[in-house]
Amino acid sequence: MVQLLQPDLDAAFAALSDPTRRGVLEQLGRADASISDLADRFDMTLTGMKKHIGVLEDVGLVTTRKVGRVRTCQLGRRQLEEAAAWIDGYRRLWDARFEALDAIVEELKTRERTGG
Amino acid sequence: MGEKETGQNGPTRIERTSDTELVVTRTFNAPARLVFKAWTTPGLFKRWWSPRSLGMPILACEMDVRTGGGYRLTFGHDEASSFSFFGRYLEVIPDARLVWTNEEGDEGAVTTVTFENKGDLCLLTYSDRFPSKEALEAERGAEDGLPEQFEQLDALLASLG
Repeated sequence: MVQLLQPDLDAAFAALSDPTRRGVLEQLGRADASISDLADRFDMTLTGMKKHIGVLEDVGLVTTRKVGRVRTCQLGRRQLEEAAAWIDGYRRLWDARFEALDAIVEELKTRERTGG
Repeated sequence: MGEKETGQNGPTRIERTSDTELVVTRTFNAPARLVFKAWTTPGLFKRWWSPRSLGMPILACEMDVRTGGGYRLTFGHDEASSFSFFGRYLEVIPDARLVWTNEEGDEGAVTTVTFENKGDLCLLTYSDRFPSKEALEAERGAEDGLPEQFEQLDALLASLG
């Protein structure tokens, strides 16, 4: 799963390499917040916070929605979860197939050994 | 098939090597020619390609395993609910390599399977190369949805009967 997600994970790790962005995710884990709330809390300009949110949004870790004049941020794990579910389905398929294939191959080996 | 032997098989590795390619690798405890045989003999192939746990029985399997030859796999519980996957073999190297097309949809992958002897084991590499990222991502949706579709159809048929 990790291998399949590598490109996504690389981007996600890059997004997480910044302490402010990690703090933002922690904060959003407790409650949704507007960009200006977050800017206040992390003692930075609105523009600076918008940039951080943009990076997190690009990799799907945060989603935002605008209600009136306020843009609210929330954790956006769904994208990573969907990617994980995607590969889990693919893996289940192949694991089941290969298990059945093992049995067939064993049968062929036995048949060869016994000359049948 | 003791536990020791089973331990030499697997694990299945799945890697998305690019936006458009998925690669699955797995080691089998057998020479490449036997694994190849299981991929190219209809009577054997239909016994493992869609194991029971996936809930998609194979009704029919035809394979003309040679370069330019066609194949057709039909899934379903009965004729009324059946659907087929089909395509052509672009390359066939006995005991070593298979390349086939998947032509049932507009954006089917080209599948390449290689069989390599590694001592007593066979390293199998299966890769699907799709024409676009979207086609790749749509793929599992199709395969994964099938058992549910069957269940829904079964329920429908039961309610009609």
